[in-house]
Amino acid sequence: MFDDFFIRALVAGIGVAIVTGPLGCFVVWRRLSYFGDTLSHSALLGVTLAYSFDLNIALSVFIISSLIALILIQLQKKTNLPGDALLGLLAHSSLAVGLVVIGFLTFIRFDIMGLLFGDILAVTINDILMIWIGGALILGVLKLIWKPLFASTVNYELAEAEGLNPDKAKAIFTILMAAIIAISIKMVGLLLITGLLIIPAAMARNISDSPQKMVLFSIIGGLLSVIIGLFSSLEFNTSSGPSIIAASLFLFILSLLKIKQSVQLKN
Amino acid sequence: MNTNNNKLVKLINAGFRQNNKWLVEGVSLEVEKGKIVTLIGPNGSGKSTTAKIALGIYKNIEGSVEKYTNKVGYVPQKISIDWTLPLRVNDFMVLTENIKDDAINEALSLTGVIHLKNKNLGNLSGGEFQRVLLARAISKKPELLVLDEPVQGVDYTGEIALYELIKKISDTLNCGILLISHDLHTVMSATDHVVCLNGHVCCSGSPSDVARNNEYKTLFGEQASQILSVYEHKHDHEHSHEGVIKKN
Repeated sequence: MFDDFFIRALVAGIGVAIVTGPLGCFVVWRRLSYFGDTLSHSALLGVTLAYSFDLNIALSVFIISSLIALILIQLQKKTNLPGDALLGLLAHSSLAVGLVVIGFLTFIRFDIMGLLFGDILAVTINDILMIWIGGALILGVLKLIWKPLFASTVNYELAEAEGLNPDKAKAIFTILMAAIIAISIKMVGLLLITGLLIIPAAMARNISDSPQKMVLFSIIGGLLSVIIGLFSSLEFNTSSGPSIIAASLFLFILSLLKIKQSVQLKN
Repeated sequence: MNTNNNKLVKLINAGFRQNNKWLVEGVSLEVEKGKIVTLIGPNGSGKSTTAKIALGIYKNIEGSVEKYTNKVGYVPQKISIDWTLPLRVNDFMVLTENIKDDAINEALSLTGVIHLKNKNLGNLSGGEFQRVLLARAISKKPELLVLDEPVQGVDYTGEIALYELIKKISDTLNCGILLISHDLHTVMSATDHVVCLNGHVCCSGSPSDVARNNEYKTLFGEQASQILSVYEHKHDHEHSHEGVIKKN
């Protein structure tokens, strides 16, 4: 049944959504939206390098994104520039360098639109394996660092004082971010991956009163976005990434109604 | 083989500097099991900084800290919870350690906020939140409790009850407590050792020593400033406005 490109895309997308749900909650809680953007923009450079040296795309993206994260941490320590300026600097320059490199690789035909916005036709069985195995690994590691990561998200000093080693958890989380971008780039495209991290989590925030519920609703929101998005992508012949993100926006708007309702109930 | 069985944390000539300014320096103190050590001193005298040095929150310190336990409960002076986090009291209680529901209920009952267990943290009043903070710290049954103004914003009767609770905890759990407090009554009645800070250790000793030296009666007088002034006449030096030490 995996012969059908649409089924492949659906299975891959569901795998991605299960992982982006919990990670997205941390992106929202820790205010890392721009950080996610920076990592995903740098992914283009990873893709071009993969083509240049005939490497695995996900692996190459993972390495480049991790590298960019390391550079960011160094720049934050060594310069007096504000964090958002550094993020913008790295995001746009790595995107630009990636596009320049593509210009040089005239011997390869690139599907730029597919890279930027996702291409469900391109999802192979290997991609599915990578998403599900990689995704399981990401979730496994996230579960291991959940306690210190969550505690330090609430209050860094409490976590540090009570012996949870929040710095280590933060470093590992950065690597997980690079990993999720690497495995989901084909589905959602590098311009929109952060959207799949943030929007379902933001939707979930509107309807949750505990962190566990928010993670659960974030996963469900991501799954619905992927399913609705892919079906409409097939129906209207649109790119998969934008369709998925548009679907998640639709869900977010629905969740706003719930807020309005509960406000009215209170009054 | 361990002769430090009762020691929980020991600061040796510890200090911390930020932006080339000493927040506190030359602090030596020791917290043992079942003992309450209280830090007193004016605003900006380095009380919280000293607590954070003891907890290992500040890394690049002068001097040294020896910590003999990892079972630590901490009530920070300032804590802000972000609205982006949907967090109930119950979720907050298990923040750094998974604690059994019984222990959570017991701790929340002790500090008088069991009825708030399923409330959102953002909806609590200052005093309620303070009681939750204290409940969280004691529910872990820690060996070392660091309490940075644990009853701020709590109503007057609650304040007395909570200080009694703190004293009781130190006895029942046999844990050491590093307490920062402005309430000299409590300091003098419940504490084993007092350290007076003002950028450095001005003086320290048992409260009874201090009391004997400083007209015990006055210590429990109504005005805290009066108590402090009596207490402070033991100092062998003065401070200029910039905090520079002038030896007498």
